[in-house]
Amino acid sequence: MLSAGLFNYWIVVVLMMTGFYIVISRSNLVKKIVGLNIFQTSVFILYITAGKIAGGTAPILDDRFDVYSNPLPHVLILTAIVVGVATTSLGLALVVRIREAYGTIEEEEIELQDASAQRREDEEAEAPKGDGAPAGGRGRDS
Amino acid sequence: MIEAHLPALQVVLPLIAAPLCVLLRHAGLVWLFATLVTWASLAVAIALLQQVLAGGVIVYELGGWEPPWGIELRIDEANAFVLVIVASIAAVVMPFAKRSVADEVEADKIYLFYSMYLLCLTGLLGIAITGDAFNLFVFLEISSLSSYVLIALGKDRRALHAAYQYLILGTIGATFYLIGVGFLYIATGTLNMVDLAERIPQVQDLQSVHAAIAFILIGIGLKAAVFPLHLWLPNAYCYAPSVVTAFLAATATKVSIYVLLRVFFTVFGADFTFGVVPMTAILMLLGGAGMLVGSLVAIFQTNAKRLLAYSSIAQIGYMVLGLAIGSVTGVSAAIVHLFNHAMMKGGLFLVLGCIVFRSGSTLVRDLAGVGKSMPLTSAAFVVGGLSLIGVPLTTGFISKWVLIEAALEEGYWYAAVLVVFSSLLAIAYVWRVVEVAYFQEPSREVAALREAPMILLAPTWLLILANIYFGVDTSVTLGVAEQAARTLIGAGP
Repeated sequence: MLSAGLFNYWIVVVLMMTGFYIVISRSNLVKKIVGLNIFQTSVFILYITAGKIAGGTAPILDDRFDVYSNPLPHVLILTAIVVGVATTSLGLALVVRIREAYGTIEEEEIELQDASAQRREDEEAEAPKGDGAPAGGRGRDS
Repeated sequence: MIEAHLPALQVVLPLIAAPLCVLLRHAGLVWLFATLVTWASLAVAIALLQQVLAGGVIVYELGGWEPPWGIELRIDEANAFVLVIVASIAAVVMPFAKRSVADEVEADKIYLFYSMYLLCLTGLLGIAITGDAFNLFVFLEISSLSSYVLIALGKDRRALHAAYQYLILGTIGATFYLIGVGFLYIATGTLNMVDLAERIPQVQDLQSVHAAIAFILIGIGLKAAVFPLHLWLPNAYCYAPSVVTAFLAATATKVSIYVLLRVFFTVFGADFTFGVVPMTAILMLLGGAGMLVGSLVAIFQTNAKRLLAYSSIAQIGYMVLGLAIGSVTGVSAAIVHLFNHAMMKGGLFLVLGCIVFRSGSTLVRDLAGVGKSMPLTSAAFVVGGLSLIGVPLTTGFISKWVLIEAALEEGYWYAAVLVVFSSLLAIAYVWRVVEVAYFQEPSREVAALREAPMILLAPTWLLILANIYFGVDTSVTLGVAEQAARTLIGAGP
């Protein structure tokens, strides 16, 4: 009984850790967002599970029932889902733009490109000051 | 009539204005409209602060729904002060934005820029004003989502990657906060901060309540860029458009620090936060490390914008330290530094905005000799830098003075030593820029630069002069901060 009562919470923990691990370990930007979604979903389930009352029914007033589930967590999570959708779409839009600018969606490759740009800036900083062009790519395509 | 509804107006005004910007479309019109809205927001914020100072806490039931069913806006000295900080920075930055944004953002995206700017302002004001823990999450995400967009508008392609990294870390932070609030809701059955404060002492032995404070600390710590959760900050500040950097650096992290203050003192109460949970030790470690590492790393930066970004991490360390000390003096040091740091960092990033407007580069080596060709801009950097270091007669000195006083009062002499040492490091990184700007021969391009236009210089100098003004006359800032600290600490059960 105890384990059955906690079943949802175990799912929450498993999903949360799975999602979090994907965010940390994957280098692919889209996969990171997938992981972020799983991570957020686990929190949704946490809230919804907390709103369930044993034997309770959907909170629509009716004479035949006197135990209702708590509707508030559902409402909260509806809001959180909207936020999650907005985050996902914005994240994916950024990935599209990153793909256009860098030609890749692998974070490691992006970091390599960024690091070499950084090195260029540093080397120019140490080199004797000539009248070279101002560094720091002002254009996206540089 | 209007006075009774000021709390709602504070949030609703920029919220409604944001989509209207999209309808207006014309870049100049949108700028004018957004500017008027930010000024109106500032007027509302100042009126609210005056109301609070005169008549105590304002409680506003949104839509007439009583708490705990409805959402309650609750304004005391602490968040009224934060509202004024956020609104005043937003209002001062707007005149600067016209030319700077036209220069740095693609022409067909300018109206969207201002729309996002107003949404970000809505979120930040909302975080500060709300008295509901879940509502705070919603506003947190409004401000975060719009700031990701604002950062991604930077010209360098690295802005995109910086925005993406911020999005991932910011979402994790917000979700952690959500988990913490969820635990509190399960334990107490309420989301209203005042009700939470009443019920938490009865359940304070529960493991889940201890987990809740940990989740909230990490979540909000990520948003506030408390060391070592600051990894998103340097790139985000470095590659965002100048206006965005100035606005976010002066407001976003400050509001998050305010959330920590609010959650620790009002929701959990000082007895729980510092008595049951060893928060003093945790925060002191994080704050101290942030002060040292931030200042040290700043010294070795080749990009002036990133240099100031790392300096921000150190400055956030000061605020966290004030929070860690937990006494009235400590908390008022943290609150007064919220204001003072907003003035100095806002001003300094605007200075860099002026330089970007003329030369297009913030690399330290490209600043060589800029003191000759742009004397007013460079002088503003020097004054702002002095304030950052904490030279007497500037706001930085006031913050550090109060902070050291607080540390010594409670016997944390090593914290006081750390503050002084970190200030010495600040001399090093500020001097690096000043030395290059004034004592190196300008290259041909730099020598050809003209002084920044008046419309950029005026807002910059306004913030920089605020550093001097509030460094000399501390009655307003320090007075309000002390009152706010008393309310916060006294408000706990």
